[in-house]
Amino acid sequence: MIQYVSIVLMLIGIYGLLIDRNIIKIIVALNIFEVGLNIFIVSVGFVSGGVAPILTSVNSNSALIYVDPLPQALVLTSIVIGLGTTALALAIARKMYNAYNSLDLDEIGGMDND
Amino acid sequence: MKRIAVIILLGVLGFFIFSGIYSNEAFTEFGNVDLNNRVSNKFITKSVTDENDIVEFGKSSNLETGSANYVTSIVVNYRSFDTLGEVTVLFISSLGVALLLGTLGGKLTHKYRANFILRVGAKTIFPLIALTGIYIFIHGHLTPGGGFPGGSMIASAVLLLYLADENFRAKMSSFKLAESFAGSLYVLIGIFGLLTSGYFLNNFMNTGVIGDLFSAGIIPIVYVLVGLKVGSELTGIITDFLKVEVDE
Amino acid sequence: MRLISLIETITSLLLILLAILAVSSKKMITSIIYLSFLSMLAVLSFAIMKAPDVAVTEAVIGSGLVTAVFLFTLLSMKKAGDE
Repeated sequence: MIQYVSIVLMLIGIYGLLIDRNIIKIIVALNIFEVGLNIFIVSVGFVSGGVAPILTSVNSNSALIYVDPLPQALVLTSIVIGLGTTALALAIARKMYNAYNSLDLDEIGGMDND
Repeated sequence: MKRIAVIILLGVLGFFIFSGIYSNEAFTEFGNVDLNNRVSNKFITKSVTDENDIVEFGKSSNLETGSANYVTSIVVNYRSFDTLGEVTVLFISSLGVALLLGTLGGKLTHKYRANFILRVGAKTIFPLIALTGIYIFIHGHLTPGGGFPGGSMIASAVLLLYLADENFRAKMSSFKLAESFAGSLYVLIGIFGLLTSGYFLNNFMNTGVIGDLFSAGIIPIVYVLVGLKVGSELTGIITDFLKVEVDE
Repeated sequence: MRLISLIETITSLLLILLAILAVSSKKMITSIIYLSFLSMLAVLSFAIMKAPDVAVTEAVIGSGLVTAVFLFTLLSMKKAGDE
C-alpha cells in the first residue's frame, strides 16, 4: 500500500512542478517529490515481520530477520542533501524577488521581453 | 487546457512507472524481500572481507566493524567515502547560500518581538536540546540517530535562540572554525587509514566488543566530526536566511 | 498487527490528501504548512517500515529546519502570503 502511495506522491510532485507558476510553490512541489522518492527507496528494503536493523540486548543475534539497512543508509544522506538543495533554491528565489519584485514566473518572463 | 494536458501526461507516465516496476521479475514485492540474495546479508553478518557466521550483542569482538547499528556501519564504515562526498555537497550548498545572501548586509532584525514565555523558556530549553543532539551523535553506533540528526538538532537549538532574542547573534567565526577543523580531521583520518592499512578511511583501530560505548574503532570519532560539521553548516545557512536587506 | 495495517492505511490516505492540498492551495503559507504536515506523516511511514534512523533525521530536518527556512524566506518578502 505505502509503496503505491509513494509513486502517487512522486506523480503529484511532478504535477505541481508543471502547473505552478510561483517559485516558492515549485520548490514545495520539489520537496513533495523528494519525500515520495525517499519513501519508495526505504520501502524497497522492507521485510514483513523483520526487526529494525539495530543490535540491542533484546534483538541480540544476527540470525534474526532484519530489514535491509542499505536503502536506509542511502536515504539518511539524501534527506540532508535535500535540505541543502532547498536552501540554495530558496536563496536564489529571494535574489529573484529582490531583482524583479515578483515571484511569478510569467511576470518575470514578461519583464524581460518588454 | 494545460491542466488536462499535464494530467494526461502524468497518466501515461504513471502507467509506465507502475507497469515497468511491477512486471519486472527482478523487482521483489513489498515485504517479500529475501536478504540472503542481497549484499546486505554480508553487512548484517559483518563478513564483507572476513568470513563470519553469527554476531551476538555484547559478546562478539574484533569484527571488521564493531557498530551495533547496521545503518551506521554502512554510512560511516563501508560507504564512508560516500559520506565524505555528501558532506562536501552540503558544504558547497552552504557556501552558495552565503554567497547569494551574504551581500545583503549583516543586520539581523525581526519584524516581531518574542513574548515573555518564549524568551525565558528558550534559555532553559537550549542546553537540553543541545545536550540531546550531542548525546545522539556520540551514541550513533549504538542507538538510532547519528551525526546528521544530531548536528541538525544543534542547529535547531541555535534557531530557537534566534527566535527568542532579537539581539542574539551566533558567533559565526567559531562555527566556521569547528566546521573546517572537523572536515580536515575527517580527511586526515582517511589518509591515516590509507598509510597504515592500505585503504582510504579504513577502520584501523581495535573495534572492541559490540554494544560498548568505546567500541567500533573510528566510527564514533568520524560520526562526532560529521555531527559538528553538519551542525555548523546548518547554523550558517539559518544565520544567512535571517539576514535582512539593510537599505535598498 | 491489525492496528499497524490500519495506521498504514490512514497514513497513506492522509499523505495523498496533504500532497494534493499542498500543490493546489492558493496561499504560499498554507502550502508550506501542509508540506510540514506531510513530512511529519512521512516520519510515521518510515517508523512503520522499521527505519528509526531515517525517521529521526526526517523529523528534525524535514519538518523542522525545512519549514523554518521556507518561513524565513517568506518573512523577508514584503507581500508575504498572498497569491
